[in-house]
Amino acid sequence: MSAAEITAAPERQRGRMNRAQIVNAALALGLVGFGLGVWAMGEIFLVTLATKVAILAIAGAGLNLVLGFGGLVSFGHSAYFGLGGYTAGILAHHALNYTPMFEWPFLFEGTTSMPVIWITAMIVGALAAAMIGALSLRTAGVYFIMITLAFGQMIFYFAISWPAYGGEDGLPIYVRNGFPGLNTLDPIQFFGLVCAVLFAVLALIAILARSRFGLALQAARQNRQRLMAVGIRPGGVLLVAFVISGAITALAGALYADLNRFVSPSMLSWHLSGELLVFLILGGTGRLFAPLAGAGLYIALEHLLGGVSDHWQLFFGLLLLAVVLFARGGVIGFLAEGKRHG
Amino acid sequence: MAEPTLDIRGLSKSFGALKATDDVSLDLRPGEIHALIGPNGAGKSTLIKQISGEIAPDAGEIRLDGRRLSGVDAAGRARLGMARSFQVSSVASEFTVLQNVVLAAQGASGATFRFFRPVMRDTALLDPARDCIAQAGLMGREDVPAAALAHGERRKLEIAMALALRPRLFLLDEPMAGMGTEGARALGDLLDGLRHRAPILLVEHDMDAVFRLSDRISVLVYGRIIATGTPGEIRADPEVQRVYLGEEA
Ligand SMILES: Nc1ncnc2c1ncn2[C@@H]1O[C@H](COP(=O)(O)OP(=O)(O)OP(=O)(O)O)[C@@H](O)[C@H]1O
Ligand SMILES: [Mg+2]
Repeated sequence: MSAAEITAAPERQRGRMNRAQIVNAALALGLVGFGLGVWAMGEIFLVTLATKVAILAIAGAGLNLVLGFGGLVSFGHSAYFGLGGYTAGILAHHALNYTPMFEWPFLFEGTTSMPVIWITAMIVGALAAAMIGALSLRTAGVYFIMITLAFGQMIFYFAISWPAYGGEDGLPIYVRNGFPGLNTLDPIQFFGLVCAVLFAVLALIAILARSRFGLALQAARQNRQRLMAVGIRPGGVLLVAFVISGAITALAGALYADLNRFVSPSMLSWHLSGELLVFLILGGTGRLFAPLAGAGLYIALEHLLGGVSDHWQLFFGLLLLAVVLFARGGVIGFLAEGKRHG
Repeated sequence: MAEPTLDIRGLSKSFGALKATDDVSLDLRPGEIHALIGPNGAGKSTLIKQISGEIAPDAGEIRLDGRRLSGVDAAGRARLGMARSFQVSSVASEFTVLQNVVLAAQGASGATFRFFRPVMRDTALLDPARDCIAQAGLMGREDVPAAALAHGERRKLEIAMALALRPRLFLLDEPMAGMGTEGARALGDLLDGLRHRAPILLVEHDMDAVFRLSDRISVLVYGRIIATGTPGEIRADPEVQRVYLGEEA
């Protein structure tokens, strides 16, 4: 369900929703099926790759909330991804090294519990997004893109120049953090956990999109003047969306740190912000499953083309160009509606 | 005489050297249609925007039900019941008719930060929205995306959204523009009935409609009001004849 799907007329919507739902279900089953299949064949590397797709899809889902539904082009979402990653890394670092994080007002030794790490990462992401959003939302259009990029770069350089947690070299997590009842070191169990988080996040976004808040958010994308004229301030709605978005992307960052058992400033780099945008464009901005379709396609191409040619990015660039020019609804728009938007 | 719903005193606004609003005083009384007419570029839309809070005046004051509005933004004024339509119609074009009007009802309710219940199943918003759609003459078109509406229908959608705001007054900027005689007449009949719900400040170029519907007319030329009066008085005013009505005839 996406902006476009919510807004379509019911008689056509019913037909279209079905088709979109089939595409969404196929994507979800495709991910889970692929993961299980390659695990059964003993291809552990591919299980890890599928886990990476699911984590990046969570990060993209966070961006989709502000970009797809709210129309805000944030070019700084690596900030939340990286902050989530560092939250996981730093908490685990203290716990594993037996060096308390702080002793006042109470002794805190860090933690290796995923649920605690996730909640902390989401709070950190939400706070950062609240601050960055409050300042960035004063601008619009290209200025908004640039100011979010600038904040992302600030945090990136801060991480590089702060030696306590590895600086440029990054921070290893020696043992993957734990989740009650699971052996997270088992690739398929970790994959299952990540998939569960992904589907929970997508369900949350689907619910938000249909709520009063979601209606106002989608109206803010279409016509801010009109939103004001019915008595709703777009700024507040967009800021709340930005905060939720930051929390979701930070959660993905925490998972990514655990996947790699390593956090580095590259998680904060603008390349990652760009990749998240690419996922959405590929998948179909504003469609619920766009981040999964986009991340899946991107990682698959990187894996397949990367093996064929060092210049895979060139071919990828051409593909992206084709999507932007000929299939504005992205992969999902193309499959669900069978039509191209010129 | 009843206390005016809207009272404007000494309003002025300049764009650089251009005086778009020049010491304008005007009121809108309960139950009336007050038309604001004048040539292109006279400053009609600029005046509406100052009333609705989209732009700030340089001087003067605006009162709604006796309450000063300086410092209240456009969203705040809409919540106070200022329901406006735009010269170039302005709706959420990807939304259906029903979604647009539900959005307006949601604005009037003041409760936007609700995250879990589906808004399109919220009868507290749906019932009044359907009602307003029917009153605006758009029944049967609820599920059509706004982008697919005919021009006149989009005008009606703006009226339905205004109705859903539980208006204290209507600010309508050329609601009949580009509607054709039939459509303009139908919309005129609708406005005729609405004045008893809330008074209407009507900017309009269609002189037949203006003289048929208005209780009072103000004539704006180069940002100044040169005359205010009943349709009969305005028709007979020699200055209005010279600078405005004459050149149209
Ligand atoms: N934001 C602005 N900046 C500078 N000048 C403006 C601005 N808005 C309006 N103007 C000028 O102010 C004058 C009044 O414009 P306004 O749109 O209020 O006229 P109007 O009476 O509504 O005309 P029309 O009948 O064509 O809609 C025009 O000369 C216009 O060019
Ligand atoms: Mg105008």
